[in-house]
Amino acid sequence: MSDQQDNPIRQAIADAIAENDVILFMKGSPEAPACGFSARTVGVLQALDTRFAAVDILPDPRIRQELSALSQWPTVPQLFVRGELVGGCDIVTEMFETGELAELLGAQDVALASEPAVADGSLVQIENRLS
Amino acid sequence: MPDAASIKARIEAGIPGSSAKVDDWTGGGDHFRAVVVAEAFSGLSRIQQHRMVYEIFGDEIGGPIHALSLTTQPARSS
Repeated sequence: MSDQQDNPIRQAIADAIAENDVILFMKGSPEAPACGFSARTVGVLQALDTRFAAVDILPDPRIRQELSALSQWPTVPQLFVRGELVGGCDIVTEMFETGELAELLGAQDVALASEPAVADGSLVQIENRLS
Repeated sequence: MPDAASIKARIEAGIPGSSAKVDDWTGGGDHFRAVVVAEAFSGLSRIQQHRMVYEIFGDEIGGPIHALSLTTQPARSS
């Protein structure tokens, strides 16, 4: 189970993190968050005009399991910037309030410099990559 | 069912020298909010600080403890 090569879900998650400069794993979609913490995190990213990819972890419980195993972080949402876990709702909100998040997201002009594989607000479908 | 007092006790036992303030956020026994101050946090990133707290609870986070909202602060050594 822990072998990434034999674990297509974990590999798909790792690929999604590598391919998107700013990616949020959440419950629901940015348009219809299914959890208050996910909604708040989306709100912060939108307040900063951040372009981000989103993955809904709800369709398959294995996505949540493999994400947490990969990130060593137990809760959702989880925000990754340039491959690094930034944190969940608490840390993202705190960093937004201190200005650190704007700095992190703006430091290399992530939103403009990258060409995300997905357009604003559209979902990266982890489960679709498994079949 | 977890309660705020037991979560506070477990954080303080799990991170020696720490001081925790825990509220039951919704009164439902599954959404908690904790402010944790510990010398052990100094020099660690927020992610690492929060991980130290989450590790105390393991699989209970996302299970019986649906959410544990955290604010962590390094304590100044006196």
